[in-house]
Amino acid sequence: MTAVMGTVMGTSLRRKEDPRLLTGEARFVDDLVLPGARWLAMVRSPEAHARITAIDATAALDTPGVEAVLTGKELREAWTQPMPCAWPVTDDMKNPVHFPVAVDEACYVGDIVAVVVASSRYAARDGAEAVDVTYERLPAVVDLEDALSDRVLVHEGLGTNRSYTWTLAPDPPAVDRAFAGAAHTVRARYVQQRLIPEAMEPRGVAVVPQPVGGEIVLYSSTQIPHILRVMVGLTLGIPEQKVRIIAPAVGGGFGSKLNVYAEELIAVALARRLGGPVRWTEERRENAVATIQGRGQIQDIELAADADGKVTAVRVQILADMGAYLQLVTPGIPLLGAFLYHGVYAIPAYSFECTGVFTTKTPTDAYRGAGRPEASYAIERAMDEMAHEIGLAPDEIRRRNYIQPEQFPYASPAGLTFDSGDYEPTLDRALELVGYEGIRKEQADRRASGSTRHLGVGMATYVEMCGLAPSRVLASLNYVAGGWESATVRLLPTGKAQVVSGTTPHGQGHETCWSMIVADKFGIDPDDVEVLHSDTAVSPLGLDTYGSRSLAVGGVAVELAAQKVLDKARLIAAHQMEANEDDLEFVGGAFQVKGSPASAVPIQALAFEAFTAHNLPDGMEPNLAEQVTFDPPNFVFPFGTHAAVVEVDEETGEIRLLDYAAVDDCGNQVNPMIVAGQLHGGIVQGIAQALWEEAVYDEDGQLLNATLVDYLVPTAAELPNFKLDHTVTPSPTNSLGVKGVGEAGTIGSAPTIINAVVDALSHLGIRDVTMPATPQRVWKLIEEAKAR
Amino acid sequence: MQVSIALNGATSEHEVEPRLLLVHYLRDVAGLTGTNVGCDTSSCGACTVLLDGMSVKSCTVLAVQADGRAVTTIEGLATNGELHPMQAAFREHHGLQCGFCTPGMVLAAVSLAAEGGAGDEAAVREGLEGNLCRCTGYQNIVAAVLDGANGNGVRS
Ligand code: FES
Ligand code: FES
Repeated sequence: MTAVMGTVMGTSLRRKEDPRLLTGEARFVDDLVLPGARWLAMVRSPEAHARITAIDATAALDTPGVEAVLTGKELREAWTQPMPCAWPVTDDMKNPVHFPVAVDEACYVGDIVAVVVASSRYAARDGAEAVDVTYERLPAVVDLEDALSDRVLVHEGLGTNRSYTWTLAPDPPAVDRAFAGAAHTVRARYVQQRLIPEAMEPRGVAVVPQPVGGEIVLYSSTQIPHILRVMVGLTLGIPEQKVRIIAPAVGGGFGSKLNVYAEELIAVALARRLGGPVRWTEERRENAVATIQGRGQIQDIELAADADGKVTAVRVQILADMGAYLQLVTPGIPLLGAFLYHGVYAIPAYSFECTGVFTTKTPTDAYRGAGRPEASYAIERAMDEMAHEIGLAPDEIRRRNYIQPEQFPYASPAGLTFDSGDYEPTLDRALELVGYEGIRKEQADRRASGSTRHLGVGMATYVEMCGLAPSRVLASLNYVAGGWESATVRLLPTGKAQVVSGTTPHGQGHETCWSMIVADKFGIDPDDVEVLHSDTAVSPLGLDTYGSRSLAVGGVAVELAAQKVLDKARLIAAHQMEANEDDLEFVGGAFQVKGSPASAVPIQALAFEAFTAHNLPDGMEPNLAEQVTFDPPNFVFPFGTHAAVVEVDEETGEIRLLDYAAVDDCGNQVNPMIVAGQLHGGIVQGIAQALWEEAVYDEDGQLLNATLVDYLVPTAAELPNFKLDHTVTPSPTNSLGVKGVGEAGTIGSAPTIINAVVDALSHLGIRDVTMPATPQRVWKLIEEAKAR
Repeated sequence: MQVSIALNGATSEHEVEPRLLLVHYLRDVAGLTGTNVGCDTSSCGACTVLLDGMSVKSCTVLAVQADGRAVTTIEGLATNGELHPMQAAFREHHGLQCGFCTPGMVLAAVSLAAEGGAGDEAAVREGLEGNLCRCTGYQNIVAAVLDGANGNGVRS
């Protein structure tokens, strides 16, 4: 394993988080005991698009336990601003006004039209069912191209369904020239179906107000307590300092809890109005429509290549489904992929355009990878197409086009600087792990024998930009906030360490990893480090967890803060030892005069000295506590190659995943066990997109598979073990040399699988399979191919 | 109706509505919130507990059906502050991330092992089909269950 430094980092230290999660001691929002709390239930539109003509609460109010039913009109004055969108990607972006409770019109199935307040969970639900809403049905619009025609408007007042068109075309004539002079071109259309994130914990909210002082405490299953605090303050007109947000144990997010949700704002408004605690827990069926969905893009990609198979230009046009409204970062999601459509290849000419489109469906927003899986899918599928066009093997075309190690830092055609990379070794190793040559031979044998079980091998090399993000880059993209992260490291009087982190873990293991970073810095036991987070009263500064940023930004802040503490401790040591600080060395958790172990003063003793402040250098402040805010100078660019072997049964269209290898490079690894876990989970979410998952809407805008019976989240039974390996190419842009890894698996896996499926069927003349590659869909493709 | 349940080794007696689900009894009446609710279609397994030693989804059982029987929840698995070998194996193999599926997954695994259904990887994968995890991709869960079934969880 790759040690970063020290004795703890680089080891697979078992997680500190686990005991409380394994014993049921952890408290998720729904586990909180709040005596006297009223329960809320949301009345949601069953129509995709409808005018609300009447709301009759009589029967609901007769339901035992129901105290009140509030409509959008009645709550209208509770909001000082509409629901926030923090990413107005263009100056002329259309952003429909969106209040937490719809006032006149519902624009998707699940849009909240009234709120029931009751004494119990069940009474609230019964009450919600008894609210009688009269709708005047309006036409739905589901298909993106149909929506773009403006045949049906989602928001009459906007006059169009086009939210924005955003362009990244540094040199359009160069692209035109490349296509005009190309020996080979390919053009393809890929559909990124909508996905339901399905974090296993549905969302939950609980609000405890303090009516006299005006403070409120909002418990939410959120990834972003800090951002949420700002937005709660703005949306409800509450002074920010009166709002405390706590994200207790949070059961997965994958981007779906990176948002400011109507239910959070409604609960705060009602807790204040009622002067007592209120709570709400989402049901799974509700989650499918009320929590954001991911993906939802139509991608048109073209590649130009010369006679040697060197790709010379990429041109991309995207339609991105916004859904009915812009949630927190909805319009910006495609931009997170916009810079990566050349993938890992040195393609000089680049053109990207994205149009955001409104439809009468649940809003989209960040889902694991957010824009980058889409980009990686398009370029990796298109490279296979180009290989086929030219008659090259898929690994060969990749080798011919990779950005070479000596080209780093690489100035990309889209305007980024890739920090570091060495792509080809990951391809070599991934192919070795799946036994590429042997599979090719078996594939040929099976084809020769007329077997109906077709073997395919697919690969994809990805790069992504993560570690969101340099604040100035975000400014240039019109994002309204920064991308820094904050950390405080304290050495307590007894020599134990305390870390306060602005990141907000929900499964990633920050308590373990931040402890490892600090333990190594001070030469102490990781169990002597406490990590505090996810409560704005404890950790007031932070920008939370998403975009594979926590380690590369927040973990680096922890390392820098710990270094500052150590630097100060050195000054105290030098002062008390009457030595020159340059003559001291830090060995095994103690400062000593170089080469003189007898002089050693342990860091714990210095912590106590700093606390008593009896004998500090003149002018030095007491205590060892330092806060650092790290604004990264660049994104980090993890990469890797995945390879898969599949078997497609011609008779049934069923796909069996026989083998999967992932060779990833996220720079230095703080905890390889956690890295592998992130990759496993990420890979499965990408495989699930490729093979099983899709939020299916009918033409009336009804979601047809809202339950976990119908929406196929994979189980253990459908999956193999994955073969993982890694290379280590540290990032030169941060002190730990780390890159992010939370989304990498998802970014690499979907194109790998579909490339393998297409490879299996290529001899039948099949060149593409739309995701998810369900048995019915694959069987139909095979039948059509045979009929040709 | 009156129920008397041997809950984690102690008698738990309450007056309950006949329609009360066991999972809600555990969480709301007995105050044991380690058992989670992840769905409304008995699909996810987050609510899995042991009923007379066999795993059941507690959202599919009425509290009254547990009357006179023994229920073990995740809170009842560790003894004297020491993790059960299956819990320890989950930690050892990094079989949990967010931990929301974990109580149900661990109890399903304990039951699977007791039935002799955790002999090899394929059996474990089949045997855990009723329990969804969105974080781990299952690989480390499977490793944990194979190890935990042999009593090999490294006790911590
Ligand atoms: S809560 Fe999902 S199966 Fe019981
Ligand atoms: S660990 Fe998060 S759902 Fe299993």
